[in-house]
Amino acid sequence: MVGAAQGDARAYHALLGALSGHLRGFFRRRLTRLPDEVEDLIQETLLAIHNQRHTYDPDQPITAWVHAIAKYKLVDMLRRHGKQSLLSDPLDDAMELIADDDSEAAEARRDLGVLLASLPDKQRLPIVHVKIEGLSVIEAAQLTGLSVSAVKIGVHRGLKALAARIRGSA
Amino acid sequence: MKTEALIDLLARGPIAVEAGEARRRFSVALGWGALGAVVLMATLLGVRPDLFAAMSDPMFWVKLGFVTVMAVFALPANLRLARPGARLGRLPWGVAAPIGLIWLLAVLVLAQAPAQARPSLLWGHTWSACPLNISLLSVPAFVMLMWAMRGLAPTQSRLAGAAVGLLSGAIGAMAYTLHCPEMSAPFLAIWYVAGVVVPTVAGALLGPRMLRW
Repeated sequence: MVGAAQGDARAYHALLGALSGHLRGFFRRRLTRLPDEVEDLIQETLLAIHNQRHTYDPDQPITAWVHAIAKYKLVDMLRRHGKQSLLSDPLDDAMELIADDDSEAAEARRDLGVLLASLPDKQRLPIVHVKIEGLSVIEAAQLTGLSVSAVKIGVHRGLKALAARIRGSA
Repeated sequence: MKTEALIDLLARGPIAVEAGEARRRFSVALGWGALGAVVLMATLLGVRPDLFAAMSDPMFWVKLGFVTVMAVFALPANLRLARPGARLGRLPWGVAAPIGLIWLLAVLVLAQAPAQARPSLLWGHTWSACPLNISLLSVPAFVMLMWAMRGLAPTQSRLAGAAVGLLSGAIGAMAYTLHCPEMSAPFLAIWYVAGVVVPTVAGALLGPRMLRW
């Protein structure tokens, strides 16, 4: 985002691509009963992110900023459709863009991306695919070339390592 | 349209942004809002004739100080609410503190005053006009700050509207101190606070409608 703010088109393209993956996971989990809305909502949120990029403060964790926009667009869409009851998770639980419980603390302290980058690939990739993008373990295994059990172990150990790092950086 | 195509489209256009957009908008809004409040006060109500004499009374500075502190904390609250994901933290306490202190002072003053003097400390001579006048003087800042907020991205529109109302109310009250002859803490504790509450409530009611994006 910092690169993007300075006009680096390639960094910006990569950022939007990564965010669309995060958003797909986020909206899919909230909208299991409205799967057709997910892609529209991703696009609407990307557009909002683009139009409001001047409200991003580089000192702020980008996950918090993106999440607030995604949640705003989700609530807005539900209100428009009058389909609040179709929300698969109660909204109070829809607080985190990233699935695991450690993310709230991480969000406050530093960007999750920085922490993730510090993990070895065989832990980082499973977490990105399964926990953030919302793929199944089998899909993640096919994508990374790891075995199914290696993906599961990678997620487990990776989350543990992340949690330790978050506590360590407190 | 495919999401990928949208991303290509967005990344192809001009993407650089100038830093400090929020600050710039709020500076403009504050400038015009404060100027509007002072001009309205001077033309409709008039500066109190004994202003310079009143300035030697510490209560004048308590009065101006208490609403200024509210504005000083309401401004960063506005800036944060204009930005997705930013948290208010302890700022609400900063707004509540001057109100708490003026109430404490009011209770002390009332407790020490003889019983027959209490009603005049509380009601003064202008209680019926005070909240209305403060609300009136807050209108320019209210309009300008709503404009500033609309150009940004408030995700909690009701709270953001209330923050706009609070800041414009505090600005209106600051301008009103130059006209208002009342100097007792109990009067300030009730009627000044009421004058700030009116635009705050108006902001909370209008926020969800005016601040959608």
